[in-house]
Amino acid sequence: MIRDITIGQYYPAKSVLHRLDPRVKLVSTLLYLVSLFLFRSIAGYLTATLFLIGIIRVSKVPVGYIVKGLKPVVMLLMITVVFNLFLKKEGEVLVQVWRLSVTTVGLRNAVYMAVRLIYLIIGSSLMTFTTTPNELTDGIEALLSPLNKIRVPVHEVAMMMSIALRFIPILLEETDKIMKAQQARGADFESGNIMQRAKAMIPILVPLFVSAFRRANDLAMAMEARCYRGGEGRTKMKPLRYKGRDLTAYGIMSAYVIAVVAIGRYVPLKVWIF
Amino acid sequence: MSIRLEHLNYIYSPKTAYEKHALKDICLEIPDGEFVGIIGHTGSGKSTLIQHFNGLIKATDGKLFYNEENIYEPGYNMKNLRNEVGLVFQYPEHQLFEIDVMTDVCFGPKNQGLSTEECKERALIALELVGLKEKYYHSSPFELSGGQKRRAAIAGVLAMRPKVLVLDEPTAGLDPKGRDDILDQVAYLHKQTGMTVILVSHSMEDIARYADRIIVMNHGEVMYNDAPRAVFAHYRELEQAGLAAPQVTYIMHDLKERGLPVDISVTTVSEAADEIMKALGGKDLGNTAAENRALRNRTPEAGALSNKTLEKIR
Ligand SMILES: Nc1ncnc2c1ncn2[C@@H]1O[C@H](COP(=O)(O)OP(=O)(O)O)[C@@H](O)[C@H]1O
Ligand SMILES: [Mg+2]
Repeated sequence: MIRDITIGQYYPAKSVLHRLDPRVKLVSTLLYLVSLFLFRSIAGYLTATLFLIGIIRVSKVPVGYIVKGLKPVVMLLMITVVFNLFLKKEGEVLVQVWRLSVTTVGLRNAVYMAVRLIYLIIGSSLMTFTTTPNELTDGIEALLSPLNKIRVPVHEVAMMMSIALRFIPILLEETDKIMKAQQARGADFESGNIMQRAKAMIPILVPLFVSAFRRANDLAMAMEARCYRGGEGRTKMKPLRYKGRDLTAYGIMSAYVIAVVAIGRYVPLKVWIF
Repeated sequence: MSIRLEHLNYIYSPKTAYEKHALKDICLEIPDGEFVGIIGHTGSGKSTLIQHFNGLIKATDGKLFYNEENIYEPGYNMKNLRNEVGLVFQYPEHQLFEIDVMTDVCFGPKNQGLSTEECKERALIALELVGLKEKYYHSSPFELSGGQKRRAAIAGVLAMRPKVLVLDEPTAGLDPKGRDDILDQVAYLHKQTGMTVILVSHSMEDIARYADRIIVMNHGEVMYNDAPRAVFAHYRELEQAGLAAPQVTYIMHDLKERGLPVDISVTTVSEAADEIMKALGGKDLGNTAAENRALRNRTPEAGALSNKTLEKIR
């Protein structure tokens, strides 16, 4: 069902990762994502995998829940893999079907690309799973605050991002309700050709847009009624402060990045073509 | 012909932190032609329960029989089930989408594969039934007031001519007049066509007035499943479940405690008036009989149908 989409959602649990300062998690996620592109060898991937498994264990988010979050991107993944698989002409030819050929380089690229994409998604979902939208906003705002100097409205940008994140589950819930209501009136979203299916979306999209605008309007009113006027001079109930564990986390993260790059580049492990 | 649930369980988001056992071992039967009220506090599982009736959600465990056929058998005709069991969701006005009211009401019949003329005809009857004024038929549904939208949306389900009509808190957020209008209309339809009606509500008064039988839900379980009188006799337990019996029940209990020999099981105001008169030695006001007669012959203010139209619906 549509409610299974978990990208960008918070998953309540009691773990060290949940307690970490959001700035640490934001920076670490960024580092992890970048690190995935700094090597292309199996030793590096093994290291990145072990690290990711470790983090998942620490986060206490069920693996099944994380895997479910990957479902919506399966399509994208397939396209990437197929393109990489067939469009590379270098390397030895492994399989030849009519004019399409799979080469060693193509296969290697396809597999690496798929793994990278999956790790990218898991890595960033882990951040949102363990960080509430409020914390995330605070973290982004704190990290981007230097940009205030060049007149970027950092608080407003962060606020917009967190509202957008907060609205994902609300809109999904709404979509679910509307879909069911139209199904109760005999609507059919599953059969027919592409045109028919696209047309079948209208009874969902129109009420969804109407409700999104209504909600946005209500939210704006509610904020106005409580005298919200942006970030200037605004203080926080829970200001962000680094604790011991945050520094440890930074340490572990730096060690990982150094290790993965070193191993990925200099450990000459080779398995078949990888 | 009936809806029968056997040991039905439903769990939302199983095996996650959001896991919620919303329905626990529900066993129920709703025979044809009955007017059933479902009542329970917010979050007791009413909406979850009724979405099982037309197969919108599939039970985690257990069976659901519609006309003695298990709807979870592979190959069961869900489309047909949805044609026969019409479900009006809470705040149904949020599902309106067409350019005008008429077209929106035609959406259901059109999905049933009916011809344009037939859709139109059904839509007209349905709109007349819910008492929406003719001048609104060709306005955008988004221009209507809340109560009018609600009527249009209910018409959208009625136009499909369901055999079982399920309404999820159809009166939530309406003013008392709008509430009575809609419920009277539903009762009228029930009386005239013999349609099964399942009404979800958390107003005891509403349910007491219309339902033949009341199902009380509490924390995902069926707490009571009985005639209104029998259910309201448990008014202390109902209070513990976050509900209340109709005010009449409290008055009658108080009177009895203070020594007036009244029947404490009456559920409506007119019955109570008769009872009190009798106990005081006065003559029978005949209120109950009069009300029953009125209900039977009731032609609601708006949208009473001509005999010819009624003939068609039946
Ligand atoms: N889509 C959903 N996902 C998870 N939990 C839900 C969902 N819908 C309802 N619930 C939970 O299931 C329980 C029953 O809800 P519901 O059937 O809507 O109750 P009612 O209609 O009686 O107010 C509630 O505790 C509610 O929080
Ligand atoms: Mg409900």
